[in-house]
Amino acid sequence: MENIKTLYSVKKLGLILLLIGPAFALFTTFVVMPVFQGAYYSLFDWKGIGPLNDFVGVKNFVRLFGHEPFRTAIVNNLKVVLFSLLFQLPTAFFFALLIGRQKFPGAIVFRSFYFFPYVLTEIIAGVIWRFIYNPQFGFLTQLSGLIGPEKTEIAMLGNPETAFNAIFVVIFWKYIGFHMILYIAGLQGVPKDLEDAAVIDGASPLEVIWHVIIPSIRNTIMISVFLSVIGSFNVFDIVWAMGQGGPDHSTETLVTYLYNFGYKRFAFGYGSAVAIVIFFLCLVFNVLYQKYIVGDSRS
Amino acid sequence: MKKAIVCVLMVALVVAMGMTSVSCQKSEGKAASAGPVEIDWWVLSGGAGADDPRTEMNKRVAAEFEAANPNVKVNVNVFENEAFKQKIQLAIQAGDPPDLFHSWGGGVMVEYANQGQLTDITDYVKSTLSKKIGIGALGVYGYDGKYYGAPYDMGAVALWYNKDILAEVGIEVPKTWAELLTAVPKIKKAGYVPIALGAGDKWPAHFWWVYLAMRIGGIEAFNAAYGGSGSFKDETFVNAGKELQKLAMLQPFQTGFLSASYDDESRIFGDGKAAFELMGQWAPNVQANNSASGEGVKNLGVTTFPAVEGGKGALTDVMGGGNGYIVGANAPKETVEFLNYFLSVENQKEQVALEGIIPVVKGAETVLEGNTKAIAEAVGNAGYYQLYYDQFLPPAVGEAVKDAVAALLAGSATPAKAAAMVDDAWQMEK
Repeated sequence: MENIKTLYSVKKLGLILLLIGPAFALFTTFVVMPVFQGAYYSLFDWKGIGPLNDFVGVKNFVRLFGHEPFRTAIVNNLKVVLFSLLFQLPTAFFFALLIGRQKFPGAIVFRSFYFFPYVLTEIIAGVIWRFIYNPQFGFLTQLSGLIGPEKTEIAMLGNPETAFNAIFVVIFWKYIGFHMILYIAGLQGVPKDLEDAAVIDGASPLEVIWHVIIPSIRNTIMISVFLSVIGSFNVFDIVWAMGQGGPDHSTETLVTYLYNFGYKRFAFGYGSAVAIVIFFLCLVFNVLYQKYIVGDSRS
Repeated sequence: MKKAIVCVLMVALVVAMGMTSVSCQKSEGKAASAGPVEIDWWVLSGGAGADDPRTEMNKRVAAEFEAANPNVKVNVNVFENEAFKQKIQLAIQAGDPPDLFHSWGGGVMVEYANQGQLTDITDYVKSTLSKKIGIGALGVYGYDGKYYGAPYDMGAVALWYNKDILAEVGIEVPKTWAELLTAVPKIKKAGYVPIALGAGDKWPAHFWWVYLAMRIGGIEAFNAAYGGSGSFKDETFVNAGKELQKLAMLQPFQTGFLSASYDDESRIFGDGKAAFELMGQWAPNVQANNSASGEGVKNLGVTTFPAVEGGKGALTDVMGGGNGYIVGANAPKETVEFLNYFLSVENQKEQVALEGIIPVVKGAETVLEGNTKAIAEAVGNAGYYQLYYDQFLPPAVGEAVKDAVAALLAGSATPAKAAAMVDDAWQMEK
């Protein structure tokens, strides 16, 4: 008790306030306040400017969950999360094992090669892939001419059934390099003697990976999973560049939905409701993840 | 001692931060009073890349105005069509509209005005602009007796066709909807795309539905729905959906049209691969800019949207709209003078050549010929002139119309459901 009292003596309290004050003020103004503001706006039918006088309670949320494109958006976001965890991260890990450790001459070239898509702006990547998927002169159509007897026009983005998968391919391609680099960094920290010991004990290469390497880079994997999931909830630019959530709202994600049904229609109350839902999804995931996964590893 | 220094530094930092924000505000305020008056002008590009003739002309006009008025600086900001629509919304919602910017008039403009983001230039319109521009065309940029801008172009959406393809396939220019429907399989058989459509951008597709509704129900159907005695769920709008569905069943559009952009549409038509395109007066120029040759279709024809059997609408009823500029809130007073300068007979004549506009300033129509003349006459003879729904109706309803048509074409909505989608949005907005 005495200790705490001295710690918070007036003088030190002053210094603490001075040091964290500016950051705290900025964080409150630009992060905490808008969340509460958004939550407040979401209870109104509001066009963005003018008085907030049309209180509708939770009607915006009821409308939201009853709206089919919104459900598509949630499903699409969950799809990105699931596909990323199932395919993207394991592939990134595989690449990291292949080119991140051995010092063969081409390693650096491959590393830059796989990392390059991550450096591209999302919008540019989306525009490039729109060309690749173009049904009239795109890559797939040309390929069909080489393989089949005649050219068939393949429209991945023009078909509501396939459009989102086509976009996921781009997300996969775009971010795999980022996760690969994370894993490569993690792999540098795996002690060589541990691996050697395992090999001497008769472990197969797969067993070395499973029992030695993966546990050693556990922290890196946790960060990579965390960034991947949060990123998946916020994916916007690529989807926008490749079709603005269309055709027929089949590639809508939460954020494109917010843009299409909030901004574009001057429905700010409704848009705020969408934003609040996104915020809570991320918050819940964050809290659970910190509590069960990150918390676990500390104990 | 060390701590004291840290404290002093921190205080200095905080104070400095506060000062910068104050000084920022000050310098912003200053720009309006001293130095040259700046006019931020947002214009659309003509889609021809780096040496876009439309952009070059706009920059030249701005420079001429600057030369004549040394205290004014006109900043020309060029945007691609879809990028502009997104950017202007953000600027409006941030409460920081440009001084003079592109607009199609109608409900979207009214929404901006209701939000206090436009300058009321009624006095200037009445004293100056109305002397050279007809009041009908100006009306698209006014509401409730107040004017916010002026058009430079007022045209019509019409059915463009490739004469060579029609001759090769051996079909006449369709005068009725049924003739168009029977033409589609023949054109397909000959290896051409019957209709080019960029449904990914949505607005080109909504033209089809709106025109069908106009031909089926005429002005009465729209006025009933708009005025409240009827609704967008009325038979007319459901039937428009049914007819559009009939067309879609024949698969007349290019592969992947649901995600195609308007540029894709003009490229396919401009390269001579498609027989028809339903588009506004600007179509030939955009086709040329997007085509591989840069020339577009050599033998280009234009006709009115075909009649629907038993429909109440007349063939002379026209859906169209204009391009123009509106004045943002807090724009300097020189802005309207620049707008007036821009709307000279010479500039209008040049725009006819560069953009294929239908001029609005009296005296410029003498240069019209061929297809553009036909469009100008269609506009002049129109008994019922309907501004595009996506601009005429409030933004939320305009978006709903475009969504409904996209859903109809994708096969995920029935004609009745599509009409209901529009009406739900309209009833909520009214």
